[in-house]
Amino acid sequence: MERPAATLLKWSRYHAAPGWRDVVALGMTILIILLLGLGAQQMVGPFSATEHSEISISPLALPYYALRTTMRMFAALAASLLFTFTYATLAAKSRHAEIILIPLLDVLQSVPVLGYLSFTVVFFMSLFPSNALGPELAAIFAIFTSQAWNMAFSFYQSLRTIPSDIDEASRSFRFSSWQRFWRLEVPFGMPGLVWNMMMSMSGGWFFVVASEAVSVGDLQFALPGIGSYVAKAIENRDLSAVGFAIAAMAATIVLYDQLLFRPLVAWADKFRFEQAAAQVVPRSWVLDLFRKTKALKGLFAPIEWLIDHIVRARLSLSSILPAWRASKLSLRVIDALWFVAVALGAAYLIRALLRFVAPTLSIDDLMEVAQSGGLTFLRVAVLIVIATLVWVPIGVAIGLRPAVAERIQPIAQFLAAFPVNLLFPVAVYLILKFDLEPNIWLSPLMILGTQWYILFNVIAGASAFPSDLREAAATFRIHGWGWWRKVILPGVFPYFVTGAITASGGAWNASIVAEAVSWGRTKLSADGLGAYIALATEAGDFPRIALGIAMMSAMVVAMNRLFWRPLYTLAERRTRLD
Amino acid sequence: MVESNLKPVLELQHVCKAFAKPSGEPLAVLSEINICLREGEILGLLGRSGSGKSTLLRIAGGLIKPTGGEVLYRAAPLEGPAEGIAIVFQTFALFPWLTVLENVEAGLDALGLGHAEIRARAMQAIDLIGLDGFQSAYPRELSGGMRQRVGFARAIVINPVLLLMDEPFSALDVLTAETLRTDFLDLWTEHLLPTKSVLMVTHNIEEAVQMCDKILVLSSNPGRIAAEIPVPLLHPRDRLDEEFRTIVDEIYSILTARTVESIGALRRAHGGLAQPLPRASVNKMSGLLETLAAQPYDGRANLAEFARSHRMEIDDLFPSAEALHMLEFAEFDDGALKLTAAGRAFVPSGTDERKRLFKEHLLCFVPLTAHIRRVLEERESHAAPSTRFEIELEDHLTAADAKQTLRSATAWGRYAELFAYDDKTRMFSIIAVRE
Repeated sequence: MERPAATLLKWSRYHAAPGWRDVVALGMTILIILLLGLGAQQMVGPFSATEHSEISISPLALPYYALRTTMRMFAALAASLLFTFTYATLAAKSRHAEIILIPLLDVLQSVPVLGYLSFTVVFFMSLFPSNALGPELAAIFAIFTSQAWNMAFSFYQSLRTIPSDIDEASRSFRFSSWQRFWRLEVPFGMPGLVWNMMMSMSGGWFFVVASEAVSVGDLQFALPGIGSYVAKAIENRDLSAVGFAIAAMAATIVLYDQLLFRPLVAWADKFRFEQAAAQVVPRSWVLDLFRKTKALKGLFAPIEWLIDHIVRARLSLSSILPAWRASKLSLRVIDALWFVAVALGAAYLIRALLRFVAPTLSIDDLMEVAQSGGLTFLRVAVLIVIATLVWVPIGVAIGLRPAVAERIQPIAQFLAAFPVNLLFPVAVYLILKFDLEPNIWLSPLMILGTQWYILFNVIAGASAFPSDLREAAATFRIHGWGWWRKVILPGVFPYFVTGAITASGGAWNASIVAEAVSWGRTKLSADGLGAYIALATEAGDFPRIALGIAMMSAMVVAMNRLFWRPLYTLAERRTRLD
Repeated sequence: MVESNLKPVLELQHVCKAFAKPSGEPLAVLSEINICLREGEILGLLGRSGSGKSTLLRIAGGLIKPTGGEVLYRAAPLEGPAEGIAIVFQTFALFPWLTVLENVEAGLDALGLGHAEIRARAMQAIDLIGLDGFQSAYPRELSGGMRQRVGFARAIVINPVLLLMDEPFSALDVLTAETLRTDFLDLWTEHLLPTKSVLMVTHNIEEAVQMCDKILVLSSNPGRIAAEIPVPLLHPRDRLDEEFRTIVDEIYSILTARTVESIGALRRAHGGLAQPLPRASVNKMSGLLETLAAQPYDGRANLAEFARSHRMEIDDLFPSAEALHMLEFAEFDDGALKLTAAGRAFVPSGTDERKRLFKEHLLCFVPLTAHIRRVLEERESHAAPSTRFEIELEDHLTAADAKQTLRSATAWGRYAELFAYDDKTRMFSIIAVRE
């Protein structure tokens, strides 16, 4: 917050010789800026939609592809952040907006992203014909849709749960809305937002693979990136290339975790609202490096100074615009008008949808979709049960041993971030080799990526289990099944439910890529809603894609409302002491 | 005093606050409040929890709009938070993500001042409040006392005309609270604070007498001003001083008299369902009875002394005492609590006999528990959901009071084996009791 000139002066006087930290940090900064520039330049070049062969499967191309893919992900993350700040803030501040925005967000969260990829691709391609920006934006949008919803929800919930004392303090200071946003609302939502950004980033990888190389009906394109590389490798039946891609992906994940998310988590620790000091303070060597580097501090000081001034300025609209105060009666009239408008809008949308879908679809289609939905539901349910039986005992065993948990937890989180669709070719290869039944053996692919959420949540639950309760159980010599049933399972239950909700949602989404997979020219598919949507996409059959998505969204929403949410409430209520 | 010194800073005229009941009728929490706060005055609002004193403070700060009456700040109607009013919160309400310096500066940012001026004023306030050396610390690194000092620095840095304090010392331990109180009074009496007047909410009677020039005692349900007590003592005040003790005793007498009056009135109204039950556990009540029966009290204790020697504040002591008074195991007697014959019989009894006595008194003197029992007996299933009673109570009480009242009734009824309650199904029943 000091003047930049003064800071620079101070630095040059007391720290004449830059140390090794300055060199490393400066080098890192310059390298990252150069790389970003290189990637961005390529993004806006000319592009023809049918060229699929440009993708090289030489492992030497992978670093560049990884850069392009990562840039897409961060572009999407930036868009998600912007969306979060506007959408969630609007929903939390305006009662009228809330009526529409929150249920919409709830549904959007449940709609399978991969399902409507086909619609958005067509839209963006028509927006920028014969320019790379079209498919590029389509891919970014696909990733965005996999990242934005949970971030917006998290921020909305933070805004709604700001403690009343600190809210009153801000009001009595008479902060402008702008100051309030940056001084109170964003910091308060920050821990949840950072956590959800990491989750989003993990989730995003899954969709990168699917969104870089797209074929909808006749329309085909492949953007340079890891996803296209994998698609090409599958087309060429090149198992070693798939292996290289997996390695490149793992390296990328480790890199951005160390360079971005660790520092972010360590930095965001100060936004924790609990007043008590944390037991384990998250640390990051990158953040320490940058904090200790005097040269860089001078370099960033003007930026810091600018941000500080912008954030603390009043920038109040209400001082320019005259305050408009409505009476109670007119408020009620506005409410009524708003409800009518919302109802009319919804009715119009439903009519438009029916018009679009009705001419080509019959009641048989509906039956087929319902039946497929039932099959996929069965798969999801069975898989969650199996994953629970496997991972809960293991998670408890790990969680109760702090030394082991400390090592396993990051691995579990890494596995959750890993896009398992990269492993699908291997599965197809095995199914073909041993001549297995696709209807059964394709199913595990759905849970492969999301089962880790159950594991690391249970680990977290078991680690947090109060040691006095464990000691009490030991004193009363509660062993065996009784110990599981009376002591530890109720203890980890709320954590398990949190993990299982994520896992089940993820499994639904994954069904679209897991129920229909290919290896070269061989195509395998199981009966189910995911395969239904995937095959319709390949055929460019938009009414059926829409029907499939609608069915899947409805089933996910129903499952959340009727099963998971009551379970969550129960878990919350039963395990509290007060 | 000079004439200009008597200018009113804040005036509340006929202020009322009501919340809507489920039935749509308003439920008053504050009624007919008239306050005039003049320059140079520390005014104390003293009352038990639920008397609406915090609501009143927020009305004075422009954070809550009253349902009726008028609030005048420097002779102009107050509409929303105004310049020159600062609040010190019970829970400190610091921004955990800002350092001490940034927290103090935050209050000035809203005024749109230049950064250099903000920095200078913040440093001055930090210096005055004794936070030097802690500028770059985050609140979580500080002790409770230091955190509240930040709360004070943040409030006075805007040079407030009116300082509002919401139980500012009640989240601190006894010794820390004492230090902060005397430090504040030193600054106040030496006119080192920019503040013209202070309005302070507290439930600690001695604190009120130690700090305030005038104390308004609030009664509950709805909150009204029950008494206005001037404290003409000079600072620094000695707690052991005769006059000091007389004022403390007087306040206890007023509070007990008010409680007795309201218990009597509410028991008669609406079949007794309008009577909020205090938050008092059976264990605490038994403990209080046993202590009263033992030496040196021998059945009668002066509440002011009792509270001091047992380090209890009125929100600790009064709920249990009030419950005992309701159940007629003890009774208020002009600032003292006296065992009744039933109370004397309760103390030496064994568990079963105690339960029997308790049950008898519950049925006789607490209309709600008797009502629950009757409903359960009348129903064929001998069971009823708790929401049934909660809704009924909300016709007469605020939602929070209704919840607390039902919780107390449940705990007392369970102890007396008057009925059973299953938290999983949220059902009252008497089947389990009968078997």
